[in-house]
Amino acid sequence: MDHLILIFVSAVLVNNFTLAYFLGLCPFLGVTSRLQTAFRLGLANIFVMIITALCAYVLNEYVLIYAPYLRLISFIIVVASTVQFVEMAIKKLSPELFRALGIFLPLITTNCAILGLALFSTNKGYGLGEGLVYALGAGVGVTLALVLLAAVREETKVLNIPKLVEGTALNLIIAGILSMAFMGFAGLFA
Amino acid sequence: MSEQQRPSSAEEFLKGLWRENPVFVAVLGMCPALAVTNSAINGLAMGLATTFVLVSSSILVSLLRNAIPKQVRITAYIVIIATFVTVVDLLLAAFTPTIHKALGAFIALIVVNCLILGRQESFASKNKVGMAIADAAGMSGGFTFALVCIGGIREILGSGSLFGLSLFGEGFEPWVIMILPPGGFFALGFLLLFFNWLTNRRKQKQQANIDYETVGGNLLNDKS
Repeated sequence: MDHLILIFVSAVLVNNFTLAYFLGLCPFLGVTSRLQTAFRLGLANIFVMIITALCAYVLNEYVLIYAPYLRLISFIIVVASTVQFVEMAIKKLSPELFRALGIFLPLITTNCAILGLALFSTNKGYGLGEGLVYALGAGVGVTLALVLLAAVREETKVLNIPKLVEGTALNLIIAGILSMAFMGFAGLFA
Repeated sequence: MSEQQRPSSAEEFLKGLWRENPVFVAVLGMCPALAVTNSAINGLAMGLATTFVLVSSSILVSLLRNAIPKQVRITAYIVIIATFVTVVDLLLAAFTPTIHKALGAFIALIVVNCLILGRQESFASKNKVGMAIADAAGMSGGFTFALVCIGGIREILGSGSLFGLSLFGEGFEPWVIMILPPGGFFALGFLLLFFNWLTNRRKQKQQANIDYETVGGNLLNDKS
C-alpha cells in the first residue's frame, strides 16, 4: 500500500507531468483562459489516462513481448481507437457526461502526456495496479497544473499588463514560477 | 505569370527558418523544445532527430498524397511518422547510446510533436515532393535553430559552458535553476518576449513609413 501511495504522490507533486516533464503543454497554454474549462479538461485527461494505462498493460502483456518495435505505433493507434469507442459509449449512456468532457476527448488523445504516460509506465515496469495508480496520479497532477495556471490567468485579466508581455510569453513565465514552486516538493521523500 | 506568384522552393525553405519559425512564432512542438534543452548538444540532437523524421515523412506523405483516402489520412500520417520515429529511436540507441539516454522517452514522443503532423496535413499532402522537402527542411531547420538557442541559453547560464566547453573562469556561480524545469519555461518565455518586441518594432516602422507617405502626400496637395 505504501508503495502505491508513493507512486501516486510522486506523480502528482514531485514529477508533475506538466510542470516537471513538460508534457501536454499545448492544452496547458491553449485551454487555460477560463478556470471551469481548464478543470473539465483536467477531468477528461484523468479519464483518458486511465484508459491508456489499461490499454498499455494489455498491449505490453500480450502483444509487445513478441514485437517490441511496434510499441509506438500500437500505443498510439490502440489508445486513439479505444478512446473513440469509449466516447461513443458515453454519448449513448450519459449525454450529460459527454457534454462536459466530449469536446476535449479527441483533443487529448494525441497529446504527448498520454503517450508519455504509456511509455514511462512501460519503462518503469509497472504492473496493472501500479500502472492505474500512476495514471490517476499523473492525471490529477495535470489537472492541478491546469487549474493553477487558469486561476492565475483569470487574475491577470483584470491587471494592467504591458501589451508586449501579454499572451504566451506571460503564460510561460507564470508556468515557470509554478514549476519553481513545485520543485519545493522534490525533497518530500528524501 | 503563375510561376512568379507561386513561391519558389527556396522561399518555402526560408520561411520556416525565420518568418514562420515553428517555435518562436507559431509556438508549436514545445514539449520537446523545453524538455530536453538543458544543454545545447541535447537540443541539437533532438533537432536533428526531428529533422530526419519530418523530412522523411514529408517525402513519403507527398509521394502517397493521391493514394491515401481522405477519411483515414490522419491515421495514415501517424503510422508513417511513428515508423520513422521508431527508426530514429533504434538508430540513436545503436550509434550514440549516451545521447539516447539523455533524451530518453522524448525521442519516442517526437511522434506527437504537433509540428510534424501539422506540416503533413497543411503542406506535404498538397504539394509535390520537391516543395515538400524544401518546406520540411526549412521548418525543421527553424525548429533545430530554436532548440539550439534555448539549449545554449540554458547551458550558458545554468552550467557556464556551451557545447560542453567551459566559458567562464572558476569564479562563475552557475544559475542551477536554468537547467532545471523552471529554467525551460523562463528561457522560452523571455525568447518569445524578444520576438514579440522584434515584430512590434517592425510593425511600428511600417506604420511610421505609411504615416510619412500620407503626410507627404497631403503636403503636396496643399501646395498645389
